[in-house]
Amino acid sequence: MRMNKSMKYGTILSMALLLAACGNETADGGNTEDTGSEDTETEGTAEEGTGDISGSVQIDGSSTVFPILEAVGEEFSIAYPDVQATIGISGTGGGMERFIAGETDIANASRPMKDEEAELLEEAGIEFTEFQIALDGLSVVVNSENDWVDYLTLEELAMIWLDSSDVETWADVREGWPDEEILLFSPGTDSGTYDYFDEVILDGEQIDRQATLSEDDNVLVQGTAGSLNGLAYFGYAYYAENQDTVKIVPIENSEGEAVTPDDQTVQDGSYEPLSRPLFIYVRNDSVSEDDAVYEFTKYTLEMAGEMASEVGYVALDDAIYEENLELLESLR
Amino acid sequence: MKEKRIVINENKTNRRVAYNKIGRVLFFLSTAFGMIVLATLLIRIFTQGIGYLNWNFLTNYASRRPEDAGIKAAIAGTVWVMGITIPVSLILGVGTAIYLEEYAPRNRLTRFIELNISNLAGVPSVVFGLLGLTVFVRFFAMGRSILAGGLTMSLLILPIIVVAAKEAIRSIPQEQYEAAYAMGATKWQIIRTVVLPAATPGILTGAILSLSRAVGETASLLMIGAMAFIAYLPDSIYSSFTVLPIQIFNWAGRPQAAFQAVAAAGSIVLLVILILMNSLAIVIRNKYTKRY
Repeated sequence: MRMNKSMKYGTILSMALLLAACGNETADGGNTEDTGSEDTETEGTAEEGTGDISGSVQIDGSSTVFPILEAVGEEFSIAYPDVQATIGISGTGGGMERFIAGETDIANASRPMKDEEAELLEEAGIEFTEFQIALDGLSVVVNSENDWVDYLTLEELAMIWLDSSDVETWADVREGWPDEEILLFSPGTDSGTYDYFDEVILDGEQIDRQATLSEDDNVLVQGTAGSLNGLAYFGYAYYAENQDTVKIVPIENSEGEAVTPDDQTVQDGSYEPLSRPLFIYVRNDSVSEDDAVYEFTKYTLEMAGEMASEVGYVALDDAIYEENLELLESLR
Repeated sequence: MKEKRIVINENKTNRRVAYNKIGRVLFFLSTAFGMIVLATLLIRIFTQGIGYLNWNFLTNYASRRPEDAGIKAAIAGTVWVMGITIPVSLILGVGTAIYLEEYAPRNRLTRFIELNISNLAGVPSVVFGLLGLTVFVRFFAMGRSILAGGLTMSLLILPIIVVAAKEAIRSIPQEQYEAAYAMGATKWQIIRTVVLPAATPGILTGAILSLSRAVGETASLLMIGAMAFIAYLPDSIYSSFTVLPIQIFNWAGRPQAAFQAVAAAGSIVLLVILILMNSLAIVIRNKYTKRY
């Protein structure tokens, strides 16, 4: 009995201490928040105009789109110092899940929204608008010493990457190429990049089981740069930064031309089908009710082109950004 | 007859000496291996990162330009998360240790609990991250906040603190207890006046070592969603946050080589913090540990 009593006291004591600790923290947090908003008001009147909006914007999604939004967010935080914009990296799928759960205002995606995601959003009663903000050219690369691959067709790419085909060596792909086994490097299956490649090239079938998959694209670059028979694909930004260590492979498009991805070919659509659009999905009610979300979205659409080129992606045609801005205005 | 015995002895001696030599070389190689790997890592990090290490690096937020990128939000996030983790894990950890050592009956249940606490110390941190995501972020609807991150981190290091605190309490000689009992002290008085003062250095050493593990912890907070760009300082425990190791991880995955160097600079800062914390643990251990 006595033991039980003291046990009770012990438990109560530690619980009380825990609560006290938590309580204090909350109180402190509350206080700082108050002073924070006071600052907001004073700064707002002093600066007049742009900086007078406060609030928070929750953004999450693709790691591919992240560098663009990070750049936008950086500029935005200078223009609107009192808006707290959080840009997470949960991957396209993870970002969609949070968007559906109503946790975020904006979801960024390196592929179009899937039908089942749209259905779930409808069920949840969340209306949204899709904005395309930039383009990325999926780049297929080989080792820089590789002097035989001049271009690849989509069929050849599929043969190389599919597990079901019996292409193992370069000679299996085209006659006259060396009889050496091809070493494949691919982004991990969680990435939007893999999703897009899966849709366009693999068509939902099993990727070659010999391929090395990594969520870290730098591993793919190093793998290809380090092995003469390496072959990899990844976002254009990773090729742009590693032009001296890997060699780009032109890909034959639907008109039979072998095209290399660059700003021009990706933007005008001749590098297809491996050019992919990058999106943000925005909650309509957040835009109409929350000034911070509206301003952030507007800022993103205004800046996305410039920021996209700066971080290694390809800007859209100016007309599309203008259309997007008009579309945004119509949501207000 | 006599000669033969001497030969055998000599053989034996030679073998023992040879074993000794082999052992010496093996153990030296093991040490050297660790030291070489560590040295390579340190040299690489320092040569890469030192160029980006300046005052701006500490006071800027993350940026798309490597030369402007800084770790202000990450450091603030780390400090806030520790602000939750330290009190919660210390109070719960020491409380558990005191209960188990002083109050709990010595029976199978207690032994089972103790065994499980030791096992928990070996559970991968991702699992704690999943637990935090399910329980704190989703079930208690704390969101991806500092509070959720701090509590998850507390759970992660709780087992280590409990084990360290139990060891510290157990090392107090029985005579101390008997002396206190002889004076008519109650259990609580003994804990307050004998156990806690004597065990504090050991508890603190263990706590600081486990907290430095928490400072460098990435995986579990990735599950909580702390991988984010944040250009503001947290203003409450419900703010979103990012922490130093995650910011480093984020930079290391960028295509630009310059960001790898920024990541290295972040690693230097993290290393300095960890070295400071570990030195503090050593100082406390050397200065305050009582020898009976």
